[in-house]
Amino acid sequence: MTLPYYVPPEQLMKDRAEFAQKGIAKGRSIIAVEYADGVLMLAENSSRALNKIGEIYDRMAFAGVGKYNEFEALRVAGIRHADLKGYSYGRSDVAAKSLANAYSQTLAAVFTESVKPYEIEILIVEVGDDAADTSLFRVRYDGTLVDEEGFCAIGGQEDELTENMKQRYQPGMETGAALRFAAEAFEAVEDRQIGSNEWEAAVLDRTNGRRMFRRLTVEEITAARS
Amino acid sequence: MSLDLPSGLPLTQHAPDASFLGLLLRHNLQPSWDLGPGMAEKLQAPEATTILALRYAEGVVMVGDRRATEGHTIAHRRMQKVYPADGFSAVAIAGTAGLAMEMVKLFQTELEHYEKLEGTRLSLEGKANHLARMVRQQLPMVFQGLVVVPLFCGYDEEESAGRLYTYDVVGGRYEEDDYAASGSGGREAKAYLRSVYRDDLGEEEALTQGIAAIAAAAEQDTATGGPDIRRHIYSTAVLVNRDGYREVDEGRVAELSQSLVGDSE
Repeated sequence: MTLPYYVPPEQLMKDRAEFAQKGIAKGRSIIAVEYADGVLMLAENSSRALNKIGEIYDRMAFAGVGKYNEFEALRVAGIRHADLKGYSYGRSDVAAKSLANAYSQTLAAVFTESVKPYEIEILIVEVGDDAADTSLFRVRYDGTLVDEEGFCAIGGQEDELTENMKQRYQPGMETGAALRFAAEAFEAVEDRQIGSNEWEAAVLDRTNGRRMFRRLTVEEITAARS
Repeated sequence: MSLDLPSGLPLTQHAPDASFLGLLLRHNLQPSWDLGPGMAEKLQAPEATTILALRYAEGVVMVGDRRATEGHTIAHRRMQKVYPADGFSAVAIAGTAGLAMEMVKLFQTELEHYEKLEGTRLSLEGKANHLARMVRQQLPMVFQGLVVVPLFCGYDEEESAGRLYTYDVVGGRYEEDDYAASGSGGREAKAYLRSVYRDDLGEEEALTQGIAAIAAAAEQDTATGGPDIRRHIYSTAVLVNRDGYREVDEGRVAELSQSLVGDSE
C-alpha cells in the first residue's frame, strides 16, 4: 500500500485560493453603485441570453462573476431560498443578510471540502426604504463576506475600478448619472470605448413597486449615455 | 445555514426544475389537509362567493364581491377574491376560502419563481394549464365537500389578446370567448351579463357592466355582497390588458356602484 503524499494544510489552502483567484481574474467585472432611488448594476456582457445579473426577490438582486455554471447554480439556489422563506413566512422576512450568510456558508464549505473550489465571486444587493437601509454584500470564493458602502466592483479588474470610482463617487446621483459613472469607470480602466449593446444593466429601484428589479434596455442605456 | 444547491443532473429529476411546488415537495412543505371520510361535514369553513370576468376589446375585466359566508351567516365582509397572478394575469376564487387563498398564494409564487429562474414569463396557456393542475390536485378534497373553482384571465403577449379561462372541480380547463362567472351568485351574474354583453365593449363599459352584474347577483343571492354604502365596502375590480394587470381604484368602483344604486331608485 502506498501512502498519499503529505501536503501541509497551509499549502493546500494557498493552492486552492490561487486557483480560484486565477479563474476569477480572467473574467470581466461587475459594478454596483447606489443612486438616489436604489442601486444600479452594470456588467460588460455582450450576450443577451446568459445573464450575470438577476432578480432574487422583491428588493434583492444577484450579480456573479467567474464561471457561469457555478454562479448560475448559486443564483438558482438563492431564488429557491428566498421564495421558500417568503412563502413560509412573509415577504418582508426575506432579508439579504440571511441570504448572504447562507451563500457565505455554502462557498466556505465548497472551498474546503470539494475537489475544486468555485471560481466565482458574487454580490447580493438589497434596497431598503431609504439609502441608509441599502446593503451591498460581496461573497468571495472562500466564503469571505464583506459589507460594502456606496459602490463596489467584483471580479476582473476590481482594484482599478474601485480606485477609479473612489475618486468620483457622489451619493444621491440620478439613474442616468449612475450609469454614466459606472460605464466611465469601465472605459477608463480598460482604456477603450464600449458600445451600448455590450452592456448588461439592471436596477433595483424603489419607485418600481413591489418587485424593484428591472433590466435596462439597450435604448435606455444609449439614451443615458448620450 | 447552507443553501440547497441544485445537485446532480437536473435533466434526470422528475419535476420540472423551475417548479416551486416541486421544491416544496422536496422539503415536505406542500400545503396539505388530511381529512378522514365524512369529517368535512362537521367543518363549516368560510366560502368565497361570486366572481366574474368578461372580455372587452383590449383585455379582460375581473370583478369579485367581498362577502364570505359560513352556512347562512356572513363570515367576512371584506374578503378579497380577485388577485394578481403575475404582471399580466389575474385569478379570482370561489369555493372554500381557506383552500382557495392558499392556492392563489402558491400559484403567484409559482409564476414568479418560474419567471426569475428562467428569465421569462410562462405563456398564458402555460399559466392556465398549471392552474388546472393545481385544481386537479384538490380533487380528494372535493369528495369532502371542500371545492375550489377559480377563474383565470390574462393578456396573451404572443397573441396580443385578452383571454379568459374557467375550471371545473376536477381540473377541467375551458377557454371562454365572452364572459364567465362562478360561485353562489354566478348564475344570476351570468344571466345579467348575457343580456348586456357585446364583443365590442369598451373598457369603461365592461367595467361598469361587471360591477352591475355583481350587484344584480346580490339582489337574488344572499351569499353575494352588493355595494355596502354605509360601511364603504365595494367589489374588487381589476383590468388586464396590454399594459398588464391593474387594480381599479377603490374610489372609482365606489362611484360606479353608487350610480348603479341611484339608477334603481
